[in-house]
Amino acid sequence: MRPTAPLILITAVTALAAGTLTACGGGSGGDPDTVKVAYNRSTDNKIRFKDAHLEAAKKQFEKDHPGKKIKLIPIQAPDNDYATKAQQMMRSPKTAPDLLYEDTFRINSDIKAGYLKPLDTYLPTWDQWGQFVDTAKAAAKAEDGKTYGIPDGTDTRGLWFNKAIFAKAGLPADWQPKNWAEILDAARTVRKKVPGAIPLNVYTGKGPGEAAVMQGFEMLLYGTGEDPLYDPSAKKWVAAGKGFQDSLDFVHTVYSEKLGPDVSDALDPNVGTRVATEWFPEGRLAISLDGSWMGQNWVNKGPKEWPDWGKELAQTPMPTQNGQAPGKVSMSGGWAWSIPQKSKNPDLAFDFIKTLQTKENATRWCVVAAQIAVRKDVAAEPKYLKSMPGIDFFTGLVQYTHYRPALPVYPQVSTAIGEAMEKVTTGDASAADAAKAYNDQLKTIVDGAVVTK
Amino acid sequence: MSTRGTGLWRWVPIAPATALLLLFLAGPIGYCVWIAFTNTQLTGASGSDFVGLDNFRRAFADGDFRNAVRLTLVFTFVSAVLGQNTLGLALAGLMRAASRPVRTVTGTLVITAWVLPEIVAAFLLYTFFRREGTLNAVLDWLHLPSQNWLFTLPILAVSFANVWRGTAFSMLIYSAALAEIPRDITEAAEVDGASGPRRVWHITLPMIRRSIGTNLMLNTLSTLSVFGLIWAMTRGGPGNRSQTLPVFMYDQAFLKSLIGYGTAVALLLLLVGSLFSIVYLRLMKVEV
Repeated sequence: MRPTAPLILITAVTALAAGTLTACGGGSGGDPDTVKVAYNRSTDNKIRFKDAHLEAAKKQFEKDHPGKKIKLIPIQAPDNDYATKAQQMMRSPKTAPDLLYEDTFRINSDIKAGYLKPLDTYLPTWDQWGQFVDTAKAAAKAEDGKTYGIPDGTDTRGLWFNKAIFAKAGLPADWQPKNWAEILDAARTVRKKVPGAIPLNVYTGKGPGEAAVMQGFEMLLYGTGEDPLYDPSAKKWVAAGKGFQDSLDFVHTVYSEKLGPDVSDALDPNVGTRVATEWFPEGRLAISLDGSWMGQNWVNKGPKEWPDWGKELAQTPMPTQNGQAPGKVSMSGGWAWSIPQKSKNPDLAFDFIKTLQTKENATRWCVVAAQIAVRKDVAAEPKYLKSMPGIDFFTGLVQYTHYRPALPVYPQVSTAIGEAMEKVTTGDASAADAAKAYNDQLKTIVDGAVVTK
Repeated sequence: MSTRGTGLWRWVPIAPATALLLLFLAGPIGYCVWIAFTNTQLTGASGSDFVGLDNFRRAFADGDFRNAVRLTLVFTFVSAVLGQNTLGLALAGLMRAASRPVRTVTGTLVITAWVLPEIVAAFLLYTFFRREGTLNAVLDWLHLPSQNWLFTLPILAVSFANVWRGTAFSMLIYSAALAEIPRDITEAAEVDGASGPRRVWHITLPMIRRSIGTNLMLNTLSTLSVFGLIWAMTRGGPGNRSQTLPVFMYDQAFLKSLIGYGTAVALLLLLVGSLFSIVYLRLMKVEV
């Protein structure tokens, strides 16, 4: 063998490995008259209400600011991939958008990374900021006390159920489970009496990502006790205890007793789309632990026209584990508009936020996106209150709602929870083992700073 | 040619190429190696401090990493060494004996699978293996039990997909190698009364030894870095039952934002590739 052979080889293999890790960026540098707006486009090609709303705002903005342009950059990807792509774009001034739509649970992580610009210089002179409720103002406030994003809506979560399937199974049309056991009982009844129907959908696993962690796991976990994930008084994350294990056990029960969708469907990243556009409208799903925005899938121009959904489906609050006070539980999140640190046109970008947040536009957004309003004036708008069956029910859940710990490491904690869920769903691990593996991961993520409750 | 001036002058024509290589290849590679020794993250706590061998220590203590190494070995062995290599050799041998039309049709089919973009092949195979897919439809029609392949046997499904996609390459290499074997040697063996299998074992294989070595090495290296195929078919799931090293690396670097750790895993993958290459080189004593 010639002495150069290993060198050639090693170079070739290195190039291979390096090639897989170098991410490509697209796009060009800034143009002082253009605002580049990056947002997540739904992976369902029929869902385009966000695009339409932004197009309309773009037209309005360009009319009011002659010579200025809005360039919309839709990123069509599942939420996790969207976040990764956005983070990569923000790393370089060449690719950074001027305005970014971001899930508030990631915001603190990106603030910590130095990706975002504080907006405090703009807020005092903006007359609309006073309309936002305090929880919303806090949604994108970092540990340094500065505000980094303008939220445009929130959401709550509860149980959706199909009245026709319930009637067939002999379950009440005004179903109000008092605890977890009653939910499982109802699901078992459906499985027995209505063959072919999926009794209960609980989002789970790594594929659906944050949807599984928040709609699925945390809706259970926050019904097991006070501050089960992060202890604000100790300023430490909470090691997985009994409540955590019980929540995993609930998920395990749903999938091991075949009360949920087929496991491979449940772990598919697009399961949310299937619930909304296939299983519910086709009358194949009895109960889903789901979000307040479901209705947007079925109204005019939605992905799945379903005029009678308001009559065929009903909602009921998610109970706490054993019915302990306050008896009901909900989680809330939401998305916000932020300006990346490396944006070339921050001032113009904030002007576009102002356009998006005129009272008319904010109301229209809450209506088309089935958002729970975060502005006092929008919440009082008759157009909003009458926009959708069930909007009053979900607005009523705000008093029971919890917010996720707004801390930089939350997305990593969330990923670890998603993995634990996936393990118990596939049956690869028991709830106890999955909780233990989560604890090991949690210690790595937060450098060992955890408390046991 | 030994005067000092000409020695330097000889570098001039290749200087631009060298500069480009250094800038666009050696630069990023060096940067990757550096990142592997830091705790760089895509989001969250910024800054990237030098942490020495921490990432590597962490990898060896990480059950998921060990699982990924195991699956990578299975995937490489089943799809490259066993699948592509053997099937490629068999196809090449059979095609030598076949008539022209058969040769043309077979060759076209096999090579089509190879020239398809990886992602297209991945979706084709996803629709073939999925629960409502072609494979189960055929099995149902034959009244055989169908199952959810991507869920019950994910690593075998992606291995098969890789065989389907990559066999053409081995077939071409072996076709060329077999064509090189002089006819008179095989004929002499036939006259001496050697049976078919014995001829293959004692004459054909030793004569194409070098091609086997080269082919195994190229196959192994390309299979080790397969990402798109697995990502599109199973995303490394369910759980981590088809999470090979490249998928694990992506998961750590881009989904868990641990760029430093992900890059360290990439370097370990490189090590695995080098080990394979060294073994092949030793076994085959191939001239590169």
